[in-house]
Amino acid sequence: MSLDSATVRRIAKLARIRVGDEEVETLRGELNAILGYVEQLAQVNVDGIEPLSGGAQMALRSRQDVQTDGGIVEQILANAPDREGQFFAVPKVVE
Amino acid sequence: MSIFDLTIAVAARALAAKQISSVELVTAYNGAVAALNPRLNAFITTTPDLALAQAKAADARIAAGEATPLTGIPLAMKDLFCTAGVRTTAASKILEPFIPPYESTVSGKLKTAGAVMLGKANLDEFAMGSSNITSGYGPVENPWKRTGSDARLVPGGSSGGSAAAVAARMALGATGTDTGGSIRQPAAFTGLAGIKPTYGRCSRYGIIAFASSLDQAGPMARNVEDCALLLNAMAGFDERDSTSAQRAVPDFTTALNRGVKGLRIGIPAEYRLEGTNPEILALWDKGLAWLRAAGAEIVDISLPHTQYGLPVYYIVAPAEASSNLARYDGVRFGARVDGVDLIDMYERTRAAGFGAEVKRRIMIGTYVLSHGYYDAYYLKAQKVRNLILRDFTEAFAKVDAILTPTAPSAAFGLGEKMDDPVTMYLNDVFTVPASLAGVPAMSVPAGLSSEGLPLGLQVIGRHFDEETVFAVSAALEKAAGFTALPELRAK
Repeated sequence: MSLDSATVRRIAKLARIRVGDEEVETLRGELNAILGYVEQLAQVNVDGIEPLSGGAQMALRSRQDVQTDGGIVEQILANAPDREGQFFAVPKVVE
Repeated sequence: MSIFDLTIAVAARALAAKQISSVELVTAYNGAVAALNPRLNAFITTTPDLALAQAKAADARIAAGEATPLTGIPLAMKDLFCTAGVRTTAASKILEPFIPPYESTVSGKLKTAGAVMLGKANLDEFAMGSSNITSGYGPVENPWKRTGSDARLVPGGSSGGSAAAVAARMALGATGTDTGGSIRQPAAFTGLAGIKPTYGRCSRYGIIAFASSLDQAGPMARNVEDCALLLNAMAGFDERDSTSAQRAVPDFTTALNRGVKGLRIGIPAEYRLEGTNPEILALWDKGLAWLRAAGAEIVDISLPHTQYGLPVYYIVAPAEASSNLARYDGVRFGARVDGVDLIDMYERTRAAGFGAEVKRRIMIGTYVLSHGYYDAYYLKAQKVRNLILRDFTEAFAKVDAILTPTAPSAAFGLGEKMDDPVTMYLNDVFTVPASLAGVPAMSVPAGLSSEGLPLGLQVIGRHFDEETVFAVSAALEKAAGFTALPELRAK
């Protein structure tokens, strides 16, 4: 399976990465090389095999559903590119 | 002996005996960083004043008789560990302005032990790479040179800055992280020892995430003993990491002198890849001869799904990365590029902030997780990952540890293997399977190539049996007697 340029643009849109027209062809070649390489997994018979999602050989722990931290507004906002009072500021979303 | 030839263990004894102070040690290493970093680019951020303040505190602690083996020891911290108040970039432009308000668990544990931080070590951007060329802050140069050549070589990656810093004697040890080989391959390329512990052994809290089911912190140092000392301090259960192992941490140094008598060491047939550099294969044969001579039994084993390790990795890791890196949107932290509306701002911020390799992996990950392709790629890869784990489980029913080469070649030149992404990915062919299975694995310097570059052997152990990995690695180290030093180093 080979990606066409429309698909490359669609993936970029989903990934929220702006891609210039001049980059699409290069990306298409590189992504197809990677997908071509992983294609060999088609040879492997995985009938009856459960997917392994994690590296931990253990069940995930539960914890009490309680607040464990908070009251650190200034620390959280300290790295904000833009803020208004106690809020993160972003460009206008609704006209 | 020069202050730059010390190991952590020897320096700790000298500190305890008051033959040297931490301030003297750290002043010397701060000087080495200042002298060599402009050339090698091993650090993105240096923290000489902080280091000196920590050294003074360490000396006071030693005087009070409250020292640990790491108190006063100058280390390099991979710039993937969040350090409170010290800029943390993950080698990405998107995090250029980021100063974490909190400390990662692993860096915090080292701080608690009294270790001194010289600075934040360079790496491949978001730990995605095998040569350190994807850093947004310039590549790292390997302090080693081919005999008779001045060509600049890569230090490996992603923990390439950590590796170069320790190899060039700019630090006594370093932290690394390993997702598919990022501790072991750079350790091999720079003549160091480095261990990726069992997944879950070190907390991931505060380590900037790449692929969460694979990421694992570990030490890099001049020898196996120093790695054990560092891992003693770095490992341990942490409530704040949901996959942290609730297990006691043994004193790893006690395993160093166990020897290998009676141990069964597996040699996997599938790692004898067609076209592998004969020097690498010869070193592997030497390694198994050393272990046999030390009393181990060498057993031929099979890890039948080895060849599928890399393709599984290059689906699973980008998939997790695409999800983890969704947080870099220019809203709450990091760099922002303004746009006409919110979506435009996201897209411009991410286009400007991420480098080419990170963009490629995010896009591959987005694609394999997208509607209609999830089952064919991601689910399939997860099932094959289970088969790879099963290979190891079955092998470890027969053997106590596995010996392989660490990497298919010695360090290569800056600019080589850059033709296409897949060629670069092949560097990780021997390290990725252990990452996928979550088992511990260590690289030990074992010899020099015909061009005078270090080569490493890899020891893989059972889940949570780092002790056997240390025992085998220490035996290999002893037999190899690796004493070569890189050309560029503090003297």
